[in-house]
Amino acid sequence: MPGKLKAKIVAGRHLPVMDRASDLTDAFVEVKFGNTTFKTDVYPKSLNPQWNSEWFKFEVDDEDLQDEPLQITVLDHDTYSANDAIGKVYIDIDPLLSSEAATVISGWFPIYDTIHGIRGEINVLVKVDLFNDLNRFRQSSCGVKFFCTTSIPRCYRAVMVHGFVEELVVNEDPEYQWIDRIRTPRASNEARQRLISLMSGELQRKIGLKVLEMGGNAVVGYLQCFDLEGESGLVVRAIGTACTLDKISNTYAPASAINPCNSSPSKDTKDSPQAVPSALGCRSTHSSPVHSASSRLSQGFSVSVPTLLFAGMKHRHRSSEGPRARQCRAGFGEEAPGVPLSSGPPTPLRAQTFSSFSPSKSYSRQSSSSDTELSLTPKTGMGSGGSAGKEAGPLKALLRQQTQSALEQREFPFFTLTSFPAGFLLHVGGVVSARSVKLLDRIHNPALGNTRSYKLLDWNSFTADEPETRDAWWEEIRQEIKSHAKALGCHAVVGYSESTSICEEVCILSASGTAAVLSSRFMQDGALDMDHRLSRQQAPVFTSGTEKGEGDMGSSASLGFEDLAPPGCGFCHIPYDELNMPFPAQLTYCHCCRRFKVPDVLFTTIDLPTEANVTGKGCLIQARLCRTKKKAQGEGNATAISNLLPFLEYELHTQLMNKLKLRSMNALFGLRIQISIGENMLLGLASATGVYLTPLPSPGGIQIAGKTPSDITYEQHISNMQKKINDTIAKNKELYEVNPPKLFTLDPEAFRCINTELVEEVIGSPIPEPRQRSRLFRSHSESSDEVSELDLSHGKKDAFVLEIDDTDAVEDIHSLLTDAPTPPGFYSCNTEIMPGIYNWTSALQMFTSVRVFRLSNVNLTNQGLNKVFNDLCENLLKSLYFKLRSMVPCCLCHLNFTVAVPEDELIQVAVTAVAMSFDKEQTLENGRQSCDKTLMKAITENEEQLQFPLELTAESSSNPLSSAKGLSEVSGALPSARAPSVDYSSFTDRCSSWIEQLRLKAHTIRRGSIKTMSSLEKASPLPEGRSRSLRSNRSYAGGSVAVVKMTPLSFIPGTKIIKYLGIINMFFIRETTSLREEGGVSGFLHSFIAEVFAMVRAHVAALGGNAVVSYSMKECVFMENPNKNQAQCLINVSGDAVIFVRESELEATPPQPQSASTQTSSSGEGT
Amino acid sequence: MSVELDVFVGNTTIMDKEVYQLWLNGYTVNDAVKVRIEGGVMEECEASAEVLLSDTMDQFRTFQMCERLLQNPAKLANQLLFQIPPDRQAMLIERYYAFDDAFVREVLGKKLSKGTKKDLDDVSAKTGITLKSCRRQFDNFKRVFKVVEELKGPLVENIKQHFLLPDQLARDYAAIVFFANNRFETGKKKLQYLTFQDFAFCAGQLINYWTVGAVDNMVEDMDVDLDKEFLQDLKDLKILITDKDLLDQHKSLVCVALRGKTKVFNEMEANFKNLSRGLVNIAAKLTNTKDVRDFFIDLVEKFIEPCKSDKWTSTDVNLYLTHYTNSAHILDTFKHQTVWTRYMGVIKSCILRMYHE
Repeated sequence: MPGKLKAKIVAGRHLPVMDRASDLTDAFVEVKFGNTTFKTDVYPKSLNPQWNSEWFKFEVDDEDLQDEPLQITVLDHDTYSANDAIGKVYIDIDPLLSSEAATVISGWFPIYDTIHGIRGEINVLVKVDLFNDLNRFRQSSCGVKFFCTTSIPRCYRAVMVHGFVEELVVNEDPEYQWIDRIRTPRASNEARQRLISLMSGELQRKIGLKVLEMGGNAVVGYLQCFDLEGESGLVVRAIGTACTLDKISNTYAPASAINPCNSSPSKDTKDSPQAVPSALGCRSTHSSPVHSASSRLSQGFSVSVPTLLFAGMKHRHRSSEGPRARQCRAGFGEEAPGVPLSSGPPTPLRAQTFSSFSPSKSYSRQSSSSDTELSLTPKTGMGSGGSAGKEAGPLKALLRQQTQSALEQREFPFFTLTSFPAGFLLHVGGVVSARSVKLLDRIHNPALGNTRSYKLLDWNSFTADEPETRDAWWEEIRQEIKSHAKALGCHAVVGYSESTSICEEVCILSASGTAAVLSSRFMQDGALDMDHRLSRQQAPVFTSGTEKGEGDMGSSASLGFEDLAPPGCGFCHIPYDELNMPFPAQLTYCHCCRRFKVPDVLFTTIDLPTEANVTGKGCLIQARLCRTKKKAQGEGNATAISNLLPFLEYELHTQLMNKLKLRSMNALFGLRIQISIGENMLLGLASATGVYLTPLPSPGGIQIAGKTPSDITYEQHISNMQKKINDTIAKNKELYEVNPPKLFTLDPEAFRCINTELVEEVIGSPIPEPRQRSRLFRSHSESSDEVSELDLSHGKKDAFVLEIDDTDAVEDIHSLLTDAPTPPGFYSCNTEIMPGIYNWTSALQMFTSVRVFRLSNVNLTNQGLNKVFNDLCENLLKSLYFKLRSMVPCCLCHLNFTVAVPEDELIQVAVTAVAMSFDKEQTLENGRQSCDKTLMKAITENEEQLQFPLELTAESSSNPLSSAKGLSEVSGALPSARAPSVDYSSFTDRCSSWIEQLRLKAHTIRRGSIKTMSSLEKASPLPEGRSRSLRSNRSYAGGSVAVVKMTPLSFIPGTKIIKYLGIINMFFIRETTSLREEGGVSGFLHSFIAEVFAMVRAHVAALGGNAVVSYSMKECVFMENPNKNQAQCLINVSGDAVIFVRESELEATPPQPQSASTQTSSSGEGT
Repeated sequence: MSVELDVFVGNTTIMDKEVYQLWLNGYTVNDAVKVRIEGGVMEECEASAEVLLSDTMDQFRTFQMCERLLQNPAKLANQLLFQIPPDRQAMLIERYYAFDDAFVREVLGKKLSKGTKKDLDDVSAKTGITLKSCRRQFDNFKRVFKVVEELKGPLVENIKQHFLLPDQLARDYAAIVFFANNRFETGKKKLQYLTFQDFAFCAGQLINYWTVGAVDNMVEDMDVDLDKEFLQDLKDLKILITDKDLLDQHKSLVCVALRGKTKVFNEMEANFKNLSRGLVNIAAKLTNTKDVRDFFIDLVEKFIEPCKSDKWTSTDVNLYLTHYTNSAHILDTFKHQTVWTRYMGVIKSCILRMYHE
């Protein structure tokens, strides 16, 4: 029994009137944890009760502490009838379990009722006392920190990145239990909320265990999702990246801590020749897998793309056919592997696997289709053990260490991170994605059968079986992804994510990521006692053959790359070898270093690396597609969907490529393709941020070719279109400041580049017309290069030909030209940072916008649907720009679109993003760099400054008790000052005395610490800085409600995150039976979203935080029944609660007045 | 094909002042969109009517959700549902409680009852202010009235504290509450030329000098009810007109003081007794609630109108009233100096304010 949970109910306010007669309420509170319940006294006849209860103490296991939420129910006492519930508060106490996160939860929480929404607020204090020594505590998974942030959190240093962790738990959905027919909607909703809360707790604990087994202490990029599978149950699954994180401390120089690879000069002496041969070596050992992969690839094409190509070829001119065909492949080049899976083995085969359901079958299919996984086949046998097997996996793996390579042991070399410590990401291959269509309904028939409906909430009885199937599904997809990555010559997948779309009993599972080559450094360094792991992790690239030799070679190759390649372009260099390319693509020499090959286009799912060389600004690029589908049931439906998928994906990619060209850009970051299924349509939405990567070649323009060139009017039409397109390209170039980069990259190292090429680039890129000439120039200029065949194909590149003889192309062009440009002063992207904008102000506006569109005439054509969908997205964007016009100049960052088909004729689009304004005067490159540098430096410095005093408590250091005790007092004083401060006029007094107290502590800390570390001289301003920020928050709004900022990004410009307080992961259900009275569907959803925000803010504030970073709304399921005047909505949100401090405040903290200490000593005792 | 649902929720609640005003003015969404289009927002921001409609609907909805809080402004500051910066909060409250002069002139001094509320459609028709806006303004008056009715302490301060209103607005509300409580007649034709601000000024004077609160500042209703004792004492002033000697003496003192200083001396001299009688009679009658209601109309009829017909300037009025007040102090047989000062101080400033040239 390692923990004692203590809760105290202080007061309530703004309670609803429960007694009509008196217009008052007799409220009392039930506090429940696990199976223990306490009650407060009834506080009669008040809407602002002051319970001031005793401390309710729960003695509980740490397992329960992790799984269970603290449940607080506010009720109205009724003498004659049953007590009426006012509402509930669920408090996740996980943040209190980590020594580095929050120490106390204290504050006003909205009292939430699933039918009435927020009904007043309640002030609660929660603490956890852990009895056991730290060591024992660490054995459980409680200590593991979770971060939604998909990069290394700002005040931490990655000692080691262990890799992928995943888990899923399954249960029956209470909504579909028989009891639901007799219980109230409220009871049903609450059962669901509670169950999901329990399941996410359990999931987190299980993942934590895996992390501990791997030797890590944190999960970064934690992504948890719900699959509401209806009748067949509820799946909660999560993926993340296990890491060992270190609080950044003073002893590390920031450069060496963050930039370890680039800064080691000794390695720089290695030169390219060494690296290249080794790369060649690896190619030879690798050849057979790549071959098989590519053959598989073509197999995939034979189902999807080629059908299109073949059909098209009959009408096409020869001249245009080549580029077109090539281009679509290049389009897939980045994505090539995604196609085979989704299109997959021809549908009949797949349909069989649905029904028969034996995992072995699907595996056998897979292994036969992808020979790349030779070494993995034994693994799959074990993998079928499902979650249970996998949980044991790492242990078993330990036994087989000697015989298995590192990444095999690791099973999936996946990373959910999207940005990386400098030097970690070496090369990016391209996007890999996999989709699979599954039928849900037959899952539990074999195991559960009839007993199912009677075993309520007893999931232990069937989790052992149920997750197995789900695990197997995901395992299958992950294997596919892994093999795709291998085909691209990459040993890892970064920016990895998984998603599902469910409609009735059909479910699409999708996974995507970016194939990449990573530096082994973060996977081996700092591992204290893991020599075996070390050797293993060096050889992640290759799966079979002479492991040792390859391992060495792999690491040396990667080292070679990393040293030679300048940080700005290194990641663009191809990881696969050019003679054995997994797909046809054109390679050129990198325009920055001119030594390595780069592809002509690069698609990725990650964020733009900070060090990347980018020309101009980026912009949001979206491909939108809507396809009708016949209504069908069961397998037929699944077959129809899997038949449609490849076309959908192909078209999405074509659109993306066209739009990219239209903007004169050559790379996509943060690519996210979402496919949603509805009863009678499929929606595809691909969003990404386009940029012009300087190392990559300048993209060619778009040329339109007609079928019948003889026809004059037709020709005219075409030339008009061509002109329009050229104009748009020119306009976009100006807008995004994409100028031909040649002009300045050339002059210093005019090396290997002949003047003619320059001419070609400049002229050729905007207008694709002078193809002949350019080729001429090219062949001339590149005669100096060894590999001429590649460059010949390159000559075709600037003519990206769109044919308009088929309707597809007309549509393409139409959608190309209908994308309205962003209004002046606005930029948009779906990544964390916008290239080209660096001087952000602190103005920040996070928002969620939801639209549902009803298609009234059912018989729409594909084109019609497309237009509707396209307009819906475009209008939504326009509305956002209009709404946020007061923030101009500003950038909408992390624009995250989610589409769904909630009902037959409804399309739902939800967007969450943050608008950040910036200063117009752009200080260019140097400004940015210095800014970054200071930021980096400041972060580390501040971290250390704050970190030190805070950690003192835990360490019980050698310092006199004054500091340690003082701090604990501070933390004690913090809640007590906060709780009453909210609405009493004496607040300012209390607050200031509290601040004085903090200052005093800061002083004692400083005095104490000087002995140990002289470098901490500066440590004192920090705690004060924090207190100041807190104070300013509290005094905001007349000393009432603390401001909590929310952002989907991992940072807040102009500030430093000084502490992570824990993960926020909340699930809410709201239902109404009086839809009209609540303002219709819009009114209902509007208030619900506002309520969700309010509850997130309240929880963060109660943890002592002032912001949520990496916020996301992962689920927003909206259902309505206007005829019955009813609606229901489920929302799941997550993020990281943090404390931030303004940079300006940090710098401007004056030395503290010594006089404060005299006053505070007394006030300190007072509390 | 239609947009079925369309919401936008910001972490910081976005509110456009202009749209807020349109909402306060009681426009329907469509009318508001029209006004906005005419205002030229579209050209400014390259927006379409569709975008404008969506934005307007969204904001109207937000305001509607906020309205409950605006009716209890203290709640707005410590509610959790909307994160609104304090300056925005102040703006929202101030504008919500702002009222149209045209409207307030219609209901000023009327009982804030359901009956009056029923007549609001007439007011709306007359003033051109939408019924919705009229209702909001009326409800605001009533709400403030109800809350401060039962509170001790200074009226203006109470309003400021409970409704977080800026000083000027709080004073205006104090005037409205004061007028409603004493039911002063303000709607007569003769009073039509007076603006709300004129009345508000007078109310301020009355509150400051004639109420219980002017003497004792910790009584219930101290600023709302007139000081009964004082009103009783006012009867004693009658001596100024009933005593023939006193009246003549007073007149001659004033005439001496004013001779040569004003162009309307003759008219003044001729009218002195009438004017003096008028003012003193008003004072003497104030014990009757009915006459209190007619206070302003009496001032106009008994003093302002006669002066106007004789073409007095406000300087003349000022001069006259100053000397009229001061001269009474010199009268040896006149014993009610304090009451006189308290009375005439307010009368003088009210008349001067109400005397439009």
